[in-house]
Amino acid sequence: MLSRLVLRAAPAALRALPPPVAVGVLHATRTLHTTQQSLAPVPPLPEKGGEVRHGLIPEEFFQFLYPKTGVTGPYMLGTGLLLYLLSKEIYVVNHETAAAACILTVIIYAIKKFGADVAAFADKLNEEKLASALAMKNEAIQTLQTAIEEEKKEQWRVEGRSYLFDAKRNNIAMLLETNYRERLLTVYNEVKKRLDYQVAMQNLKRQKEQDHMIQWVEKNVVQSITPQQQKESIAKCILDLKALSKTAHAAV
Amino acid sequence: GPLWERPLLEVRLGELHTWISTCSFSPQGLLGAVQRAWSSYCAKYIHVKQGGPAGISMLLAGYCLLSYGWNYQHFKRHRWRKYH
Repeated sequence: MLSRLVLRAAPAALRALPPPVAVGVLHATRTLHTTQQSLAPVPPLPEKGGEVRHGLIPEEFFQFLYPKTGVTGPYMLGTGLLLYLLSKEIYVVNHETAAAACILTVIIYAIKKFGADVAAFADKLNEEKLASALAMKNEAIQTLQTAIEEEKKEQWRVEGRSYLFDAKRNNIAMLLETNYRERLLTVYNEVKKRLDYQVAMQNLKRQKEQDHMIQWVEKNVVQSITPQQQKESIAKCILDLKALSKTAHAAV
Repeated sequence: GPLWERPLLEVRLGELHTWISTCSFSPQGLLGAVQRAWSSYCAKYIHVKQGGPAGISMLLAGYCLLSYGWNYQHFKRHRWRKYH
């Protein structure tokens, strides 16, 4: 009774301790597995049972009597025993004897006729069970094998990781390069546009200055030609023309 | 092996007395002996891939003999002859 008290108090006392200590103490007091796991794998059943002669007497009895009495020993023993039991009426012959005789006849006839078929049927059932279990095991093994191969393939694929990353890096480098070159081109174009603009501006300015100057000079010159000068120049031209015509006439 | 670990069939007649003195007749001992005998009988004749009629027929024959023995006083009254 005191032991029961102790057993009931033990969990409460354990819980009172701080948690890590309680866990350690619990693990120390629990009984561990001390025996080997002997339940698996189960050894297979023996093929045939112990030998029995005439369905009733084990073979060991015959072997036990063989050295002393030979082969007929047990049968003589059986016959003698039977006659003794009958003659002394230790076994009394009554209605049950007749019933037992009939029943035994029927049973023996049935066993002799249908025994083999029933045994074959039972064996077939056993075979089917075994075959299904074996199929399941084989299937499981097969799936695990394929899983192992898949895993190995994946591991082999992992080795190609570096190539993949190299290709990706190359792609990215290409992209960066093309982007840089595009931007370089735009910069060049923009700068050229601005410089062209400046050049065009300068040309335009010079052109305008030139035109303006020519116009101004022409205007001033035209203005400066007075009517007096005009008459004088026309008279000079006529004189020149006459002189020229004279020389031309002379040449002809 | 030692005497008390051998099965009964391997004990010789001269050593039977010492063998009986070594086995325990407490309830647990007897129960253990019965259990061992039953399990060895089952393992030899019943839990077998191709057993025959022998396994059950021996049990039935033993039952017949036992019941005849238990009812012997009743059978004795139906004898055919008075003097044997």
